[in-house]
Amino acid sequence: MSSNRGKGSAAGLAAFAAIIAAAPFLLPDYYQSVLIVAGLFAILSMGLNLLMGYAGQISLGHAAFYGLSAYASGILTTTFHWPVPAGIAAGVVLSGVTAALIGIPTLKLKGHYLAMGTLGFGVIVYIVFNEAVGLTAGPSGLTGIPRLSAFGKTFSTDREYYFVVWGTAFVLFVLARNLVRSRMGRALRAIHTSESAASVLGIDVARYKAFVFVLSAVYAGIAGALYAHFVTFVSPGSFSFHASIQIVTMVVLGGMASLWGAVAGAVFLTVLPEWLRAIEDYDILVYGAILVLTMRFLPGGLAEGAERARGTLVSAFRRKSPASAAAASGAEGRKP
Amino acid sequence: MSGSEPFFAGEGITLRFGGVTALRDVAFSVSKGTVHAMIGPNGAGKTSLFNVITGLYEPDAGAIRFSGKSLTGLPPHAVAQSGIVRTFQNLEIFTNMSVLENVVTGAHLSVKYGPLDFFLRTPRYFREERRLREEARAELSFVGLDADVSLPAAQLPFGSQRMLEIARALAAHPRLLLLDEPAAGLNIRETSALGELIRRIVARGVTVVMVEHDMALVMDISDRVTVLNYGEVLADGTPAEVQRNPAVVAAYLGEEA
Ligand SMILES: Nc1ncnc2c1ncn2[C@@H]1O[C@H](COP(=O)(O)OP(=O)(O)O)[C@@H](O)[C@H]1O
Ligand SMILES: [Mg+2]
Repeated sequence: MSSNRGKGSAAGLAAFAAIIAAAPFLLPDYYQSVLIVAGLFAILSMGLNLLMGYAGQISLGHAAFYGLSAYASGILTTTFHWPVPAGIAAGVVLSGVTAALIGIPTLKLKGHYLAMGTLGFGVIVYIVFNEAVGLTAGPSGLTGIPRLSAFGKTFSTDREYYFVVWGTAFVLFVLARNLVRSRMGRALRAIHTSESAASVLGIDVARYKAFVFVLSAVYAGIAGALYAHFVTFVSPGSFSFHASIQIVTMVVLGGMASLWGAVAGAVFLTVLPEWLRAIEDYDILVYGAILVLTMRFLPGGLAEGAERARGTLVSAFRRKSPASAAAASGAEGRKP
Repeated sequence: MSGSEPFFAGEGITLRFGGVTALRDVAFSVSKGTVHAMIGPNGAGKTSLFNVITGLYEPDAGAIRFSGKSLTGLPPHAVAQSGIVRTFQNLEIFTNMSVLENVVTGAHLSVKYGPLDFFLRTPRYFREERRLREEARAELSFVGLDADVSLPAAQLPFGSQRMLEIARALAAHPRLLLLDEPAAGLNIRETSALGELIRRIVARGVTVVMVEHDMALVMDISDRVTVLNYGEVLADGTPAEVQRNPAVVAAYLGEEA
Protein backbone atom coordinates (compact mmCIF):
# COMPACT_ATOMS: atom_id res chain seq x y z
CA MET A 1 0.00 0.00 0.00
CA SER A 2 2.71 2.45 1.00
CA SER A 3 4.84 1.95 -2.09
CA ASN A 4 1.76 2.31 -4.27
CA ARG A 5 0.94 5.54 -2.55
CA GLY A 6 4.56 6.65 -2.97
CA LYS A 7 4.39 6.06 -6.72
CA GLY A 8 0.95 7.63 -6.92
CA SER A 9 2.14 10.76 -5.18
CA ALA A 10 5.25 11.05 -7.36
CA ALA A 11 3.00 10.85 -10.42
CA GLY A 12 0.71 13.44 -8.84
CA LEU A 13 3.63 15.79 -8.25
CA ALA A 14 4.87 15.34 -11.80
CA ALA A 15 1.40 16.14 -13.13
CA PHE A 16 1.23 19.18 -10.87
CA ALA A 17 4.61 20.41 -12.15
CA ALA A 18 3.51 19.82 -15.75
CA ILE A 19 0.29 21.78 -15.27
CA ILE A 20 2.21 24.64 -13.66
CA ALA A 21 4.69 24.66 -16.54
CA ALA A 22 2.05 24.51 -19.28
CA ALA A 23 -0.69 26.77 -17.93
CA PRO A 24 0.75 30.16 -18.96
CA PHE A 25 1.24 28.93 -22.52
CA LEU A 26 -2.26 27.52 -22.81
CA LEU A 27 -4.22 30.40 -21.30
CA PRO A 28 -4.73 33.95 -22.59
CA ASP A 29 -2.20 36.45 -21.21
CA TYR A 30 -4.89 38.10 -19.14
CA TYR A 31 -5.04 35.00 -16.94
CA GLN A 32 -1.42 35.23 -15.92
CA SER A 33 -2.03 37.87 -13.29
CA VAL A 34 -5.08 35.98 -12.06
CA LEU A 35 -3.02 32.81 -11.77
CA ILE A 36 -0.27 34.67 -9.91
CA VAL A 37 -2.82 35.75 -7.33
CA ALA A 38 -4.20 32.20 -7.26
CA GLY A 39 -0.67 30.94 -6.57
CA LEU A 40 -0.30 33.35 -3.65
CA PHE A 41 -3.60 32.15 -2.22
CA ALA A 42 -2.54 28.54 -2.78
CA ILE A 43 0.51 29.21 -0.57
CA LEU A 44 -1.72 30.85 2.04
CA SER A 45 -4.23 27.99 1.96
CA MET A 46 -1.58 25.29 2.20
CA GLY A 47 -0.15 26.94 5.30
CA LEU A 48 -3.56 27.45 6.87
CA ASN A 49 -4.54 23.88 6.01
CA LEU A 50 -1.56 22.52 7.93
CA LEU A 51 -2.87 24.43 10.92
CA MET A 52 -6.63 23.96 10.46
CA GLY A 53 -7.10 20.83 8.41
CA TYR A 54 -4.35 18.74 9.96
CA ALA A 55 -3.90 20.06 13.51
CA GLY A 56 -7.49 21.30 13.95
CA GLN A 57 -6.49 24.77 15.19
CA ILE A 58 -8.36 27.74 13.80
CA SER A 59 -6.82 31.04 12.78
CA LEU A 60 -9.24 33.83 11.90
CA GLY A 61 -6.50 36.37 11.34
CA HIS A 62 -4.26 34.81 8.77
CA ALA A 63 -4.46 37.82 6.50
CA ALA A 64 -2.57 39.73 9.19
CA PHE A 65 0.52 37.53 8.74
CA TYR A 66 0.14 37.92 5.00
CA GLY A 67 -0.06 41.70 5.43
CA LEU A 68 2.73 42.05 8.00
CA SER A 69 5.20 40.50 5.62
CA ALA A 70 3.87 42.43 2.61
CA TYR A 71 4.18 45.74 4.45
CA ALA A 72 7.52 44.89 6.07
CA SER A 73 9.12 43.93 2.81
CA GLY A 74 7.42 46.83 1.02
CA ILE A 75 8.60 49.42 3.55
CA LEU A 76 12.14 48.05 3.88
CA THR A 77 12.71 47.95 0.13
CA THR A 78 10.97 51.26 -0.61
CA THR A 79 11.61 53.59 2.33
CA PHE A 80 14.87 52.00 3.43
CA HIS A 81 16.12 50.79 0.04
CA TRP A 82 16.91 47.24 1.13
CA PRO A 83 17.50 44.73 -1.64
CA VAL A 84 14.26 42.87 -2.37
CA PRO A 85 15.41 39.39 -1.24
CA ALA A 86 16.49 40.86 2.12
CA GLY A 87 13.12 42.59 2.45
CA ILE A 88 11.29 39.34 1.71
CA ALA A 89 13.38 37.45 4.25
CA ALA A 90 12.71 40.10 6.89
CA GLY A 91 8.98 40.05 6.14
CA VAL A 92 8.79 36.27 6.45
CA VAL A 93 10.77 36.32 9.70
CA LEU A 94 8.49 39.05 11.08
CA SER A 95 5.38 36.97 10.34
CA GLY A 96 6.91 33.88 11.92
CA VAL A 97 8.19 35.65 15.04
CA THR A 98 4.87 37.43 15.54
CA ALA A 99 3.05 34.10 15.28
CA ALA A 100 5.37 32.64 17.90
CA LEU A 101 4.66 35.54 20.24
CA ILE A 102 0.90 35.02 19.85
CA GLY A 103 0.86 31.25 19.56
CA ILE A 104 3.10 30.14 22.40
CA PRO A 105 1.01 31.65 25.20
CA THR A 106 -2.41 31.05 23.56
CA LEU A 107 -1.81 27.47 22.48
CA LYS A 108 -0.92 26.39 26.00
CA LEU A 109 -4.58 26.95 26.88
CA LYS A 110 -7.25 24.45 25.95
CA GLY A 111 -10.16 25.64 23.84
CA HIS A 112 -10.66 28.19 21.11
CA TYR A 113 -8.23 30.81 22.36
CA LEU A 114 -6.26 30.73 19.15
CA ALA A 115 -9.33 31.56 17.07
CA MET A 116 -10.17 34.46 19.39
CA GLY A 117 -6.57 35.60 19.69
CA THR A 118 -5.97 35.62 15.95
CA LEU A 119 -9.31 37.34 15.33
CA GLY A 120 -8.33 40.18 17.66
CA PHE A 121 -4.80 40.25 16.31
CA GLY A 122 -6.08 40.55 12.75
CA VAL A 123 -8.26 43.49 13.66
CA ILE A 124 -5.41 45.25 15.48
CA VAL A 125 -2.96 44.76 12.63
CA TYR A 126 -5.53 46.12 10.20
CA ILE A 127 -5.94 49.23 12.35
CA VAL A 128 -2.17 49.68 12.54
CA PHE A 129 -1.88 49.47 8.73
CA ASN A 130 -4.46 52.27 8.52
CA GLU A 131 -3.22 54.46 11.36
CA ALA A 132 0.59 54.23 11.27
CA VAL A 133 0.55 56.63 8.35
CA GLY A 134 4.22 57.60 8.72
CA LEU A 135 5.29 54.05 8.11
CA THR A 136 2.51 52.50 6.02
CA ALA A 137 1.13 55.56 4.22
CA GLY A 138 -2.25 54.74 5.81
CA PRO A 139 -5.48 53.94 3.97
CA SER A 140 -4.22 55.23 0.63
CA GLY A 141 -1.52 52.57 0.59
CA LEU A 142 2.19 52.25 0.08
CA THR A 143 3.26 52.84 -3.50
CA GLY A 144 6.42 52.43 -5.52
CA ILE A 145 7.43 49.05 -4.15
CA PRO A 146 10.11 47.57 -6.43
CA ARG A 147 9.47 44.43 -8.44
CA LEU A 148 11.33 41.33 -7.35
CA SER A 149 14.92 41.25 -8.45
CA ALA A 150 17.47 38.67 -7.40
CA PHE A 151 20.82 37.45 -8.72
CA GLY A 152 20.97 40.49 -10.97
CA LYS A 153 17.67 39.63 -12.63
CA THR A 154 14.44 41.58 -12.35
CA PHE A 155 11.27 39.57 -12.75
CA SER A 156 9.37 42.21 -14.59
CA THR A 157 6.93 40.30 -16.81
CA ASP A 158 3.89 38.50 -15.50
CA ARG A 159 5.07 35.27 -17.06
CA GLU A 160 8.38 35.44 -15.18
CA TYR A 161 6.58 36.29 -11.97
CA TYR A 162 4.13 33.46 -12.54
CA PHE A 163 7.00 31.00 -12.49
CA VAL A 164 8.47 32.57 -9.35
CA VAL A 165 5.14 32.29 -7.51
CA TRP A 166 4.12 28.83 -8.71
CA GLY A 167 7.70 27.53 -8.40
CA THR A 168 7.60 28.66 -4.77
CA ALA A 169 4.13 27.17 -4.33
CA PHE A 170 5.37 23.87 -5.73
CA VAL A 171 8.34 23.73 -3.35
CA LEU A 172 6.13 24.66 -0.40
CA PHE A 173 3.64 22.00 -1.48
CA VAL A 174 6.33 19.32 -1.49
CA LEU A 175 7.63 20.43 1.91
CA ALA A 176 4.12 20.43 3.38
CA ARG A 177 3.43 17.01 1.90
CA ASN A 178 6.67 15.69 3.37
CA LEU A 179 5.71 17.09 6.75
CA VAL A 180 2.25 15.58 6.59
CA ARG A 181 3.67 12.12 5.93
CA SER A 182 6.07 12.21 8.81
CA ARG A 183 6.13 11.81 12.55
CA MET A 184 5.10 15.45 12.80
CA GLY A 185 2.14 15.07 10.45
CA ARG A 186 0.87 12.13 12.44
CA ALA A 187 1.31 14.11 15.65
CA LEU A 188 -0.73 16.98 14.22
CA ARG A 189 -3.56 14.69 13.14
CA ALA A 190 -3.46 12.98 16.51
CA ILE A 191 -3.81 16.36 18.22
CA HIS A 192 -6.78 17.09 15.96
CA THR A 193 -8.76 14.08 17.23
CA SER A 194 -7.61 13.70 20.83
CA GLU A 195 -5.14 15.91 22.61
CA SER A 196 -5.24 13.59 25.62
CA ALA A 197 -4.43 10.49 23.61
CA ALA A 198 -1.71 12.36 21.71
CA SER A 199 -0.09 13.69 24.87
CA VAL A 200 0.00 10.38 26.74
CA LEU A 201 1.85 8.87 23.76
CA GLY A 202 4.60 11.42 24.28
CA ILE A 203 3.48 14.10 21.83
CA ASP A 204 4.24 17.56 23.18
CA VAL A 205 0.90 19.04 22.17
CA ALA A 206 1.61 22.70 22.97
CA ARG A 207 4.93 22.61 21.15
CA TYR A 208 3.54 21.02 18.00
CA LYS A 209 0.61 23.41 17.89
CA ALA A 210 2.92 26.39 18.27
CA PHE A 211 5.25 25.03 15.60
CA VAL A 212 2.53 24.48 13.01
CA PHE A 213 1.03 27.87 13.77
CA VAL A 214 4.38 29.55 13.17
CA LEU A 215 4.88 27.49 10.03
CA SER A 216 1.48 28.52 8.68
CA ALA A 217 2.36 32.15 9.40
CA VAL A 218 5.66 31.67 7.53
CA TYR A 219 3.71 30.39 4.52
CA ALA A 220 1.47 33.46 4.80
CA GLY A 221 4.57 35.65 5.08
CA ILE A 222 6.09 34.20 1.92
CA ALA A 223 2.84 34.84 0.05
CA GLY A 224 2.63 38.38 1.45
CA ALA A 225 6.13 39.42 0.42
CA LEU A 226 5.69 37.92 -3.05
CA TYR A 227 2.40 39.82 -3.31
CA ALA A 228 4.01 43.16 -2.42
CA HIS A 229 6.71 42.80 -5.05
CA PHE A 230 4.19 41.73 -7.66
CA VAL A 231 1.56 44.46 -7.40
CA THR A 232 4.18 47.02 -6.22
CA PHE A 233 1.50 48.59 -4.06
CA VAL A 234 -0.03 47.52 -0.76
CA SER A 235 -3.03 48.94 1.04
CA PRO A 236 -4.83 47.79 4.21
CA GLY A 237 -7.89 46.50 2.33
CA SER A 238 -6.05 43.41 1.07
CA PHE A 239 -5.39 42.25 4.64
CA SER A 240 -8.72 42.78 6.35
CA PHE A 241 -10.94 40.31 8.18
CA HIS A 242 -12.54 39.65 4.77
CA ALA A 243 -9.26 38.33 3.47
CA SER A 244 -8.83 36.05 6.49
CA ILE A 245 -12.29 34.59 5.91
CA GLN A 246 -11.49 34.18 2.25
CA ILE A 247 -8.47 32.00 3.10
CA VAL A 248 -10.50 29.96 5.59
CA THR A 249 -13.13 29.43 2.88
CA MET A 250 -10.49 28.22 0.43
CA VAL A 251 -9.28 25.66 2.96
CA VAL A 252 -12.77 24.42 3.82
CA LEU A 253 -13.96 24.35 0.22
CA GLY A 254 -10.80 22.62 -0.95
CA GLY A 255 -10.96 20.03 1.79
CA MET A 256 -9.61 19.92 5.29
CA ALA A 257 -6.43 17.90 5.64
CA SER A 258 -5.83 17.83 1.90
CA LEU A 259 -2.99 19.81 0.35
CA TRP A 260 -4.37 19.22 -3.14
CA GLY A 261 -7.65 20.56 -1.85
CA ALA A 262 -5.95 23.69 -0.54
CA VAL A 263 -4.52 24.42 -3.98
CA ALA A 264 -7.81 23.62 -5.71
CA GLY A 265 -9.82 25.77 -3.29
CA ALA A 266 -7.45 28.69 -3.77
CA VAL A 267 -7.45 28.49 -7.55
CA PHE A 268 -11.21 28.00 -7.72
CA LEU A 269 -12.06 30.91 -5.44
CA THR A 270 -9.58 33.21 -7.17
CA VAL A 271 -10.72 32.42 -10.69
CA LEU A 272 -14.45 32.25 -9.96
CA PRO A 273 -14.91 35.93 -8.99
CA GLU A 274 -13.09 36.86 -12.19
CA TRP A 275 -15.94 35.21 -14.03
CA LEU A 276 -18.61 36.49 -11.70
CA ARG A 277 -17.78 40.17 -11.44
CA ALA A 278 -21.29 40.67 -10.15
CA ILE A 279 -20.57 39.09 -6.78
CA GLU A 280 -17.78 41.52 -5.97
CA ASP A 281 -19.83 43.57 -3.54
CA TYR A 282 -21.31 40.56 -1.81
CA ASP A 283 -18.16 38.48 -1.59
CA ILE A 284 -18.33 37.99 2.18
CA LEU A 285 -21.87 36.64 1.79
CA VAL A 286 -20.78 34.34 -0.99
CA TYR A 287 -17.87 33.06 1.10
CA GLY A 288 -20.20 32.48 4.04
CA ALA A 289 -22.61 30.57 1.83
CA ILE A 290 -19.78 28.48 0.36
CA LEU A 291 -18.52 27.68 3.88
CA VAL A 292 -21.93 26.56 5.11
CA LEU A 293 -22.80 24.61 1.97
CA THR A 294 -19.45 22.83 1.89
CA MET A 295 -19.63 21.85 5.53
CA ARG A 296 -23.19 20.63 5.07
CA PHE A 297 -22.95 18.77 1.77
CA LEU A 298 -19.29 18.06 1.12
CA PRO A 299 -17.46 18.02 4.45
CA GLY A 300 -14.32 16.73 2.74
CA GLY A 301 -14.41 19.63 0.27
CA LEU A 302 -13.34 19.52 -3.37
CA ALA A 303 -10.74 16.87 -2.49
CA GLU A 304 -13.50 14.53 -1.33
CA GLY A 305 -15.65 15.42 -4.33
CA ALA A 306 -12.79 14.51 -6.66
CA GLU A 307 -12.20 11.27 -4.78
CA ARG A 308 -15.90 10.38 -5.07
CA ALA A 309 -15.97 11.25 -8.75
CA ARG A 310 -12.89 9.13 -9.32
CA GLY A 311 -14.50 6.23 -7.45
CA THR A 312 -17.66 6.53 -9.54
CA LEU A 313 -15.68 6.71 -12.78
CA VAL A 314 -13.48 3.78 -11.84
CA SER A 315 -16.43 1.55 -10.95
CA ALA A 316 -18.38 2.64 -14.04
CA PHE A 317 -15.36 1.80 -16.17
CA ARG A 318 -14.91 -1.55 -14.47
CA ARG A 319 -18.54 -2.48 -14.94
CA LYS A 320 -18.13 -1.97 -18.68
CA SER A 321 -14.91 -3.92 -18.92
CA PRO A 322 -15.53 -7.64 -18.28
CA ALA A 323 -11.84 -8.38 -17.73
CA SER A 324 -11.85 -6.47 -14.47
CA ALA A 325 -15.36 -7.38 -13.37
CA ALA A 326 -13.89 -9.44 -10.55
CA ALA A 327 -11.95 -6.44 -9.25
CA ALA A 328 -15.06 -4.27 -9.35
CA SER A 329 -16.87 -6.68 -7.08
CA GLY A 330 -14.21 -6.00 -4.41
CA ALA A 331 -14.79 -3.33 -1.82
CA GLU A 332 -12.39 -0.85 -3.38
CA GLY A 333 -14.72 0.94 -5.73
CA ARG A 334 -17.40 1.32 -3.09
CA LYS A 335 -15.61 3.65 -0.74
CA PRO A 336 -18.20 5.82 1.00
CA MET B 1 13.22 -5.72 44.32
CA SER B 2 12.95 -6.47 48.08
CA GLY B 3 14.26 -3.73 50.36
CA SER B 4 14.78 -1.25 47.56
CA GLU B 5 12.41 1.44 46.34
CA PRO B 6 9.29 0.12 44.56
CA PHE B 7 9.13 0.30 40.76
CA PHE B 8 6.17 2.62 40.93
CA ALA B 9 4.70 4.42 43.94
CA GLY B 10 1.98 6.97 44.49
CA GLU B 11 1.87 8.70 47.87
CA GLY B 12 -0.79 10.88 49.43
CA ILE B 13 -2.49 11.64 46.12
CA THR B 14 -5.41 14.01 46.63
CA LEU B 15 -7.53 15.44 43.83
CA ARG B 16 -10.53 17.74 44.17
CA PHE B 17 -13.04 19.00 41.63
CA GLY B 18 -14.61 21.99 43.32
CA GLY B 19 -16.40 20.45 46.27
CA VAL B 20 -15.95 16.84 45.14
CA THR B 21 -12.91 14.99 46.42
CA ALA B 22 -12.21 12.43 43.72
CA LEU B 23 -9.06 11.10 45.41
CA ARG B 24 -8.12 11.39 49.07
CA ASP B 25 -4.62 10.56 50.26
CA VAL B 26 -4.26 7.62 47.88
CA ALA B 27 -1.10 5.55 48.25
CA PHE B 28 -0.15 2.38 46.45
CA SER B 29 2.91 0.79 44.98
CA VAL B 30 3.58 -1.58 42.12
CA SER B 31 6.38 -4.11 41.80
CA LYS B 32 8.20 -4.58 38.57
CA GLY B 33 6.94 -7.33 36.30
CA THR B 34 3.56 -7.73 37.98
CA VAL B 35 -0.08 -7.20 37.05
CA HIS B 36 -1.62 -4.82 39.54
CA ALA B 37 -5.40 -4.47 39.47
CA MET B 38 -7.25 -1.37 40.60
CA ILE B 39 -10.86 -2.11 41.43
CA GLY B 40 -13.76 -0.26 42.96
CA PRO B 41 -17.31 0.86 42.18
CA ASN B 42 -18.07 3.41 39.47
CA GLY B 43 -17.05 6.87 40.53
CA ALA B 44 -14.46 5.53 42.99
CA GLY B 45 -11.74 7.58 41.32
CA LYS B 46 -9.89 4.92 39.32
CA THR B 47 -9.82 6.84 36.04
CA SER B 48 -8.97 10.04 37.92
CA LEU B 49 -6.00 8.24 39.43
CA PHE B 50 -4.80 7.24 35.95
CA ASN B 51 -5.27 10.83 34.84
CA VAL B 52 -3.13 12.05 37.72
CA ILE B 53 -0.41 9.47 37.05
CA THR B 54 -0.24 10.33 33.35
CA GLY B 55 -0.15 14.07 34.03
CA LEU B 56 -3.56 14.87 32.52
CA TYR B 57 -4.80 16.04 35.93
CA GLU B 58 -2.69 17.95 38.38
CA PRO B 59 -3.24 16.60 41.90
CA ASP B 60 -3.89 18.96 44.80
CA ALA B 61 -1.38 17.00 46.83
CA GLY B 62 0.76 13.91 46.57
CA ALA B 63 3.83 12.52 44.93
CA ILE B 64 4.49 9.96 42.22
CA ARG B 65 7.74 8.09 41.88
CA PHE B 66 8.62 5.83 39.02
CA SER B 67 11.81 3.90 38.54
CA GLY B 68 13.76 6.08 40.94
CA LYS B 69 12.51 9.41 39.58
CA SER B 70 9.81 11.82 40.67
CA LEU B 71 7.03 12.34 38.13
CA THR B 72 5.10 14.80 40.23
CA GLY B 73 3.99 17.79 38.17
CA LEU B 74 5.32 16.51 34.85
CA PRO B 75 3.20 17.15 31.73
CA PRO B 76 1.69 14.07 30.00
CA HIS B 77 4.26 13.87 27.21
CA ALA B 78 7.09 13.85 29.76
CA VAL B 79 5.38 11.09 31.74
CA ALA B 80 5.19 9.07 28.51
CA GLN B 81 8.86 9.76 27.90
CA SER B 82 9.66 8.27 31.28
CA GLY B 83 8.02 5.01 30.15
CA ILE B 84 4.40 5.14 31.36
CA VAL B 85 1.73 4.76 28.66
CA ARG B 86 -2.00 4.17 29.01
CA THR B 87 -5.22 3.26 27.27
CA PHE B 88 -8.57 4.95 27.84
CA GLN B 89 -11.82 3.66 29.28
CA ASN B 90 -13.75 5.60 26.65
CA LEU B 91 -11.76 4.76 23.56
CA GLU B 92 -9.60 7.55 22.24
CA ILE B 93 -8.43 6.10 18.96
CA PHE B 94 -7.43 8.49 16.20
CA THR B 95 -10.50 8.31 14.01
CA ASN B 96 -8.88 10.37 11.25
CA MET B 97 -6.25 7.69 10.65
CA SER B 98 -5.98 4.13 9.41
CA VAL B 99 -5.48 1.22 11.78
CA LEU B 100 -1.77 1.09 10.95
CA GLU B 101 -1.26 4.86 11.29
CA ASN B 102 -2.76 4.74 14.78
CA VAL B 103 -0.10 2.29 15.88
CA VAL B 104 2.70 4.10 14.04
CA THR B 105 1.63 7.27 15.87
CA GLY B 106 2.01 5.31 19.10
CA ALA B 107 5.69 4.90 18.26
CA HIS B 108 6.13 8.69 18.17
CA LEU B 109 8.89 8.75 20.79
CA SER B 110 10.99 6.09 19.13
CA VAL B 111 11.28 7.90 15.79
CA LYS B 112 14.91 8.65 15.10
CA TYR B 113 14.75 11.39 12.51
CA GLY B 114 14.50 15.13 12.70
CA PRO B 115 12.72 17.82 10.67
CA LEU B 116 15.50 18.01 8.09
CA ASP B 117 15.19 14.27 7.44
CA PHE B 118 11.48 14.39 6.72
CA PHE B 119 11.41 17.74 4.94
CA LEU B 120 14.19 16.61 2.60
CA ARG B 121 13.30 12.89 2.69
CA THR B 122 16.73 11.57 3.52
CA PRO B 123 17.45 7.82 3.45
CA ARG B 124 17.11 7.85 7.22
CA TYR B 125 13.50 9.07 6.86
CA PHE B 126 12.60 6.16 4.57
CA ARG B 127 14.47 3.65 6.72
CA GLU B 128 12.70 4.80 9.89
CA GLU B 129 9.26 4.90 8.27
CA ARG B 130 9.75 1.35 7.04
CA ARG B 131 10.84 0.22 10.50
CA LEU B 132 7.86 2.00 12.10
CA ARG B 133 5.38 0.30 9.80
CA GLU B 134 6.97 -3.11 10.31
CA GLU B 135 6.91 -2.69 14.07
CA ALA B 136 3.33 -1.44 13.98
CA ARG B 137 2.30 -4.51 11.99
CA ALA B 138 4.07 -6.69 14.54
CA GLU B 139 2.22 -5.00 17.42
CA LEU B 140 -1.09 -5.44 15.62
CA SER B 141 -0.55 -9.15 15.18
CA PHE B 142 0.73 -9.36 18.78
CA VAL B 143 -2.66 -8.14 20.02
CA GLY B 144 -4.41 -10.41 17.52
CA LEU B 145 -5.64 -7.72 15.14
CA ASP B 146 -5.24 -9.18 11.71
CA ALA B 147 -7.84 -7.02 9.98
CA ASP B 148 -6.95 -4.90 6.97
CA VAL B 149 -4.49 -2.42 8.49
CA SER B 150 -5.22 0.26 5.89
CA LEU B 151 -8.86 0.41 7.02
CA PRO B 152 -9.98 3.64 8.68
CA ALA B 153 -9.64 2.92 12.41
CA ALA B 154 -13.20 4.08 13.08
CA GLN B 155 -14.52 1.21 10.95
CA LEU B 156 -13.17 -1.48 13.29
CA PRO B 157 -15.67 -3.22 15.55
CA PHE B 158 -15.61 -2.08 19.17
CA GLY B 159 -13.63 -5.01 20.54
CA SER B 160 -10.97 -4.53 17.87
CA GLN B 161 -10.75 -0.83 18.69
CA ARG B 162 -9.87 -1.80 22.27
CA MET B 163 -7.10 -4.05 20.96
CA LEU B 164 -5.96 -1.26 18.64
CA GLU B 165 -5.53 1.05 21.62
CA ILE B 166 -3.41 -1.56 23.36
CA ALA B 167 -1.29 -2.07 20.23
CA ARG B 168 -0.84 1.70 19.95
CA ALA B 169 0.27 1.90 23.58
CA LEU B 170 2.67 -1.02 23.15
CA ALA B 171 4.23 0.69 20.13
CA ALA B 172 5.40 3.38 22.55
CA HIS B 173 7.56 0.75 24.29
CA PRO B 174 6.17 1.38 27.79
CA ARG B 175 7.81 0.01 30.90
CA LEU B 176 4.57 0.56 32.79
CA LEU B 177 1.28 0.12 30.94
CA LEU B 178 -1.97 1.44 32.43
CA LEU B 179 -5.12 -0.21 31.08
CA ASP B 180 -8.42 1.48 31.95
CA GLU B 181 -11.21 -1.13 31.84
CA PRO B 182 -9.74 -3.07 28.92
CA ALA B 183 -12.48 -5.72 29.11
CA ALA B 184 -15.42 -3.29 29.09
CA GLY B 185 -17.66 -4.10 26.14
CA LEU B 186 -15.80 -7.30 25.23
CA ASN B 187 -17.57 -10.65 24.92
CA ILE B 188 -16.46 -13.74 26.86
CA ARG B 189 -14.18 -15.01 24.13
CA GLU B 190 -12.56 -11.59 23.67
CA THR B 191 -12.13 -11.23 27.43
CA SER B 192 -10.29 -14.50 27.76
CA ALA B 193 -8.07 -13.54 24.83
CA LEU B 194 -7.41 -10.27 26.67
CA GLY B 195 -6.32 -12.12 29.81
CA GLU B 196 -3.91 -14.16 27.75
CA LEU B 197 -2.68 -11.00 25.97
CA ILE B 198 -1.95 -9.26 29.27
CA ARG B 199 0.13 -12.26 30.33
CA ARG B 200 2.14 -12.01 27.11
CA ILE B 201 2.60 -8.28 27.67
CA VAL B 202 4.02 -8.97 31.12
CA ALA B 203 6.24 -11.65 29.62
CA ARG B 204 7.73 -8.92 27.42
CA GLY B 205 8.93 -7.22 30.60
CA VAL B 206 6.14 -4.65 30.82
CA THR B 207 4.53 -4.00 34.20
CA VAL B 208 0.74 -3.63 34.01
CA VAL B 209 -1.69 -1.66 36.15
CA MET B 210 -5.26 -2.36 35.15
CA VAL B 211 -8.57 -0.88 36.18
CA GLU B 212 -11.14 -3.62 35.73
CA HIS B 213 -14.64 -4.63 36.76
CA ASP B 214 -14.49 -8.19 35.48
CA MET B 215 -13.69 -10.00 38.74
CA ALA B 216 -12.92 -13.32 37.09
CA LEU B 217 -10.29 -11.62 34.95
CA VAL B 218 -8.91 -9.66 37.91
CA MET B 219 -8.63 -12.70 40.14
CA ASP B 220 -7.16 -14.75 37.34
CA ILE B 221 -4.28 -12.56 36.22
CA SER B 222 -3.49 -10.08 39.00
CA ASP B 223 -0.58 -10.38 41.37
CA ARG B 224 -1.91 -7.62 43.55
CA VAL B 225 -5.16 -5.72 43.92
CA THR B 226 -5.87 -2.24 45.26
CA VAL B 227 -9.48 -1.41 46.10
CA LEU B 228 -10.63 2.18 45.79
CA ASN B 229 -13.89 3.39 47.30
CA TYR B 230 -15.08 6.99 47.34
CA GLY B 231 -11.59 8.13 46.37
CA GLU B 232 -9.85 6.29 49.19
CA VAL B 233 -7.85 3.08 49.36
CA LEU B 234 -10.08 0.56 51.06
CA ALA B 235 -7.83 -2.47 50.82
CA ASP B 236 -4.65 -3.64 49.20
CA GLY B 237 -3.25 -7.15 48.90
CA THR B 238 -3.18 -10.35 46.89
CA PRO B 239 -6.42 -11.28 45.11
CA ALA B 240 -7.15 -13.88 47.78
CA GLU B 241 -6.55 -11.41 50.63
CA VAL B 242 -8.73 -8.77 49.05
CA GLN B 243 -11.52 -11.25 48.39
CA ARG B 244 -11.54 -12.20 52.08
CA ASN B 245 -11.44 -8.61 53.34
CA PRO B 246 -14.80 -7.91 55.05
CA ALA B 247 -14.73 -4.20 54.22
CA VAL B 248 -14.28 -5.01 50.54
CA VAL B 249 -17.00 -7.60 50.59
CA ALA B 250 -19.35 -5.08 52.17
CA ALA B 251 -18.46 -2.11 50.03
CA TYR B 252 -17.91 -3.67 46.67
CA LEU B 253 -17.94 -7.37 46.07
CA GLY B 254 -21.09 -7.76 48.13
CA GLU B 255 -23.12 -5.34 46.11
CA GLU B 256 -21.79 -6.67 42.82
CA ALA B 257 -22.69 -10.27 43.56
N1 LIG C 1 -13.09 16.31 34.88
C1 LIG C 1 -13.87 16.12 35.96
N2 LIG C 1 -14.59 17.16 36.45
C2 LIG C 1 -15.38 16.98 37.54
N3 LIG C 1 -15.52 15.84 38.20
C3 LIG C 1 -14.83 14.77 37.76
C4 LIG C 1 -13.97 14.85 36.61
N4 LIG C 1 -13.41 13.65 36.40
C5 LIG C 1 -13.90 12.84 37.38
N5 LIG C 1 -14.75 13.51 38.18
C6 LIG C 1 -15.44 12.95 39.36
O1 LIG C 1 -14.51 12.25 40.13
C7 LIG C 1 -15.11 11.07 40.65
C8 LIG C 1 -14.31 9.87 40.22
O2 LIG C 1 -14.55 9.63 38.84
P1 LIG C 1 -13.70 8.57 38.00
O3 LIG C 1 -12.26 8.76 38.33
O4 LIG C 1 -14.10 8.64 36.62
O5 LIG C 1 -14.21 7.20 38.67
P2 LIG C 1 -14.05 5.70 38.16
O6 LIG C 1 -13.09 5.68 37.03
O7 LIG C 1 -13.55 4.98 39.36
O8 LIG C 1 -15.40 5.24 37.77
C9 LIG C 1 -16.55 11.06 40.19
O9 LIG C 1 -17.33 11.61 41.20
C10 LIG C 1 -16.52 11.96 38.97
O10 LIG C 1 -17.75 12.57 38.79
MG1 LIG D 1 -13.34 5.02 35.09
